[in-house]
Amino acid sequence: MPVLLHVVAPVLAAASTPPVHVDTGDTAWVLVCTALVLLMTPGLAFFYAGMVRSKHVLAMIMQSFACIAIVSVTWVLVGYSLAFDDDAGGGLVGGLHLVGLAHASVGVPGIDLTIPPLVFVLFQHLFAVLTAALLTGATADRMRFESFVVLVAVWSVVVYAPVAHWAFSPDGWLHRLGLLDFAGGTVVEMCSGASALALVLVLGPRRGWPREMMAPHNLPLTLLGAGLLWVGWIGFNAGSALTAGTLAASAALATHLSGVGGMIGWLALERRLTGKATTLGAASGAVAGLVAITPAAGYLQPLPALAVGVVAGAVCLFAIRLKFRFRYDDSLDVVAVHYVGGVVGTLCVGLFAATVVNPAVTHQGLFLGGGVEQLGKQLVGVLATSAFAFAATYVLARVLHATIGLRVTADHEHAGLDTSQHAETAYELTTTSTIGRSHG
Amino acid sequence: MRLVTAILRPHAVDDVRAALEPLGVHGMTVSDVHGYGRQGGHTEVYRGAEYQVDLVPKARVEVLVDDDAADAVVRAVVETARTGRIGDGKVWVQPVESVVRVRTGEPGTAAL
Repeated sequence: MPVLLHVVAPVLAAASTPPVHVDTGDTAWVLVCTALVLLMTPGLAFFYAGMVRSKHVLAMIMQSFACIAIVSVTWVLVGYSLAFDDDAGGGLVGGLHLVGLAHASVGVPGIDLTIPPLVFVLFQHLFAVLTAALLTGATADRMRFESFVVLVAVWSVVVYAPVAHWAFSPDGWLHRLGLLDFAGGTVVEMCSGASALALVLVLGPRRGWPREMMAPHNLPLTLLGAGLLWVGWIGFNAGSALTAGTLAASAALATHLSGVGGMIGWLALERRLTGKATTLGAASGAVAGLVAITPAAGYLQPLPALAVGVVAGAVCLFAIRLKFRFRYDDSLDVVAVHYVGGVVGTLCVGLFAATVVNPAVTHQGLFLGGGVEQLGKQLVGVLATSAFAFAATYVLARVLHATIGLRVTADHEHAGLDTSQHAETAYELTTTSTIGRSHG
Repeated sequence: MRLVTAILRPHAVDDVRAALEPLGVHGMTVSDVHGYGRQGGHTEVYRGAEYQVDLVPKARVEVLVDDDAADAVVRAVVETARTGRIGDGKVWVQPVESVVRVRTGEPGTAAL
């Protein structure tokens, strides 16, 4: 039983900001989803942490936790405004009216909300956090912590916020063009993936890669992280409906089915190629399917969603070979899983988008008889997001590398980032390893 | 006195311990070690990339024995730990100059 509450007429609302009529059911749902999205960043931390060697595990987790802190500050100060304020020009970036979250409780320009705008602010806030944390999988085991902090702070403002404006703000040029990106196939997945590629090209490979074996040190941790991500992804995608109703239900089901399809697609291909279905493959495949459905969750019927997952699982496994062929050390396969998975999903919207699922679909997908119109718009979104995220991040990384330096010394890399960056060791598994003196 | 050192398959250690008990062996040191011999390693696959793991996990068993017990101990270890397949391990014997029990200060055979 929705209760409509009138928010007092906003004095300072921008002309384009529609009034908000709060629905308590919608609000409760999106608040829950907001918490689920927050859970994804620690989930991602564990997913990645299990895949690195034991001497780098704390540093890996720390980078995700640091993203929660850093991006929370940059988002509140300026990121949200650049993403969701009235357009500052050309649909490229938002203005500065909402800096410091001034006037943010009044409404969101161009979006008809039935939830308090501050819930929207926090929900989107945690998207920005997660997207930054995704980068850490590519740059694992070789970045100075202080440099990472600076990189993420600047990146979240100059790369993430504009891309979020393009696709998520009704003023954004991709949104106006008609790109359909339900929960961030371009904004989150491709933006992080293309940026990750730029970062590893500037950083260079881990010492010893690809000659030395750098196998995961704790796969149970990775599987735990994948499980947390899967749960959180329901909130990420179904919460993007911003209402608690049929669209959220449809997005939740599509999300889950694509995760299932991803696991099946990855494992089937992996078993065919190497003879074994692995636990890391199960975790990676599920994530690949969840990545691919992110832009599509609110536009696809259930069976196409399952198919998107299967395709993404198989394609992403193949994409991992690219780093060996082209010799870039994308350590934990952010490019292969998030970038490639994001491209697959974003394009699949152009194949399967259905008006019956979401009236926002004005051109049905190619396979539903809608022609190539929507597919073309999706392709523009893919190309523009890839080019901007890659180029902007490359320039940023080059500047930081030439000024403050991004890499740790060889000694610190060999010793491991846990001791060299954080003065800690993750595992004390023998009684002799803790013998020492305190300097209290 | 002699030091008998055996590199064995980890799952053989329990049987070896039981076989040495009747020979008067009342203590041993066991450590987890890694190494390679004629037994190859194994292949692991992570996200489609295959790695050859060269070092194989083994157990190292160390037993201090009286000079005239060494042969019987070595025989018992070999017979108990043998499967006949590559990777069963090695046993060797070294002379030991002196041994002292820390608790009592007793030297020599009494310390065993």
